[in-house]
Amino acid sequence: MKKVQFKSNYSQYFFLAPQLLILLIFLYWPIIQTFKDAFTMQDAFGFGSQFAGFDNFLFIFSDPSYFTAFKFTIIYSFVITLITGSIGLLLAVQANKVMHGKSAYKTLLIWPYAIAPAVVGVMANYFFSERYGLLHHLFNNLWGFNWYENVFDAYIYVIIAGSWKQISANFIFFLAGLQAIQKTVIEASIIDCKSNIRRFWTITFPLLMPTTFFLIIINITYAFFDTFGIIDTTTIGAPGSETKTLVYKAYIDGFKGLDLGSAGAQSIMMMIIVLVITIFQFRYIEGKIHYN
Amino acid sequence: MTKYISSTINHFILSIGLLIMVVPIWIIFASSTHSSLFINTNGLQFFLGDNFIDNYSRVLFKQSGFFNEITALKMFFNSFVMATGIATLSVITSLMAAYGLVYFKVKYATFIFWLIFITLLVPLELRIMPSYIVMSKLNLVNTFAGLILPISASAIATFFFRQFYKSIPDELLEAAKLDGTNSLRFFIDFLIPLSKTMIAAVFIFMFVFGYNQYLWPLIMTTSEQYWTVVMGLKTMYGSISDRFAFVIMSMIPPVIIIIFLQKLFIQGIFQNK
Repeated sequence: MKKVQFKSNYSQYFFLAPQLLILLIFLYWPIIQTFKDAFTMQDAFGFGSQFAGFDNFLFIFSDPSYFTAFKFTIIYSFVITLITGSIGLLLAVQANKVMHGKSAYKTLLIWPYAIAPAVVGVMANYFFSERYGLLHHLFNNLWGFNWYENVFDAYIYVIIAGSWKQISANFIFFLAGLQAIQKTVIEASIIDCKSNIRRFWTITFPLLMPTTFFLIIINITYAFFDTFGIIDTTTIGAPGSETKTLVYKAYIDGFKGLDLGSAGAQSIMMMIIVLVITIFQFRYIEGKIHYN
Repeated sequence: MTKYISSTINHFILSIGLLIMVVPIWIIFASSTHSSLFINTNGLQFFLGDNFIDNYSRVLFKQSGFFNEITALKMFFNSFVMATGIATLSVITSLMAAYGLVYFKVKYATFIFWLIFITLLVPLELRIMPSYIVMSKLNLVNTFAGLILPISASAIATFFFRQFYKSIPDELLEAAKLDGTNSLRFFIDFLIPLSKTMIAAVFIFMFVFGYNQYLWPLIMTTSEQYWTVVMGLKTMYGSISDRFAFVIMSMIPPVIIIIFLQKLFIQGIFQNK
């Protein structure tokens, strides 16, 4: 790694050992177990099991509710990324411009970032409850809102709950990105281009590209994994299985349904998806985009 | 004049942003200061009521849960132990591992590197069921070790520290070597003081991450003695204003940390960019 290093036969392993030990026991062991489960068929009571080849995978591919979860997860990540990214960017650009009250705005816009998704879900629950819910009443007056029967309404519910706190994360990183752009670049561009809006899209936004790509990945991972707490405290997947994310479905099938084989196969499919996203990330973020 | 107008527009847009981010929490807070009876008849409230002390002290000290074995105060204690444990363990193991990777010649270095970083692809959510089985085999269900260890098994911090070490000039080690400093002394006397900001940022990040865990404590704690705040929210029984008060209290620790340490946190993000 470094040109100058320590020469030693054993000290490096002393430094590596604690982390490797924890990873081996608490990460690799369960992962190996996941692969074992995925290729095993177990009877419902856990008494017997046998090697099943790809049967568990064939089973999830023939299961329409897996595709429902797949479709929902894709839509959910796309919409959350779009909403939180654009609102976060809009607010960051404004906050970067104002002379007065910058730090007050910053503090007040940042802090929802710290709130747990499950807590956000519980809060959303109140705003969408039939009894007290302000948003429920508002939407109900507009078009007859009913999230436990209408798929579109359930989508609105989980999208609002899922986007809210993520706006803060996007705001923080876009603001950091904007502040990293050198003043001289902006000053030079003011001479060349008078229009604020054109200058933003031709100069500032391309300079923010690394931040944008980074945030796309962050938002997708958030929508895939962190929204578990939100789904579990809001719709619980209703109506039917329409708002189950892939992670939520794997949990329900494995933990509640005790179908370890199917849950294992679903986990491995998710690992493949994450792998693809990560390769994409390394390709584009680490490799191609380096403006600063 | 145009400058004045454009700055007014900036403030206007920011104020709408503030409304979206702050008003929902304000409404829950205001509602938490009314009696349940009042909420049940009048719905969510914008203005403060006068049951603040009543509601909050009742929630904090009252036995709750299915078997009435736990108070909110105990849940906060559990959450703190869990979050501090996760943050401390991740910082220490990651600092050490990154040091081993960057400053030494390691046999099978590429293999070990991938062994560590491939774990970034497998968040806890993907191995939740087998993790539970492993923990029960190790008799760690309903223990703090069980809550802490699997979540500390993450290489994200190692990645940050590794990037940071690589940015430190080689001359530092050369100079230290001339003085005859050994590897442990170099680590403790030079690298750790240099990484202070990074350490603080990673600690804050992991603390909030640990405090906000929901699924893992839900699975790992069959005894109410080990319930944490965030998972307790869903399972807590009580009147509606009790629940509002608990929601507000549950977000106070991580929010305070982020507000007061935001400079440190953002600096940490910057250093590794």
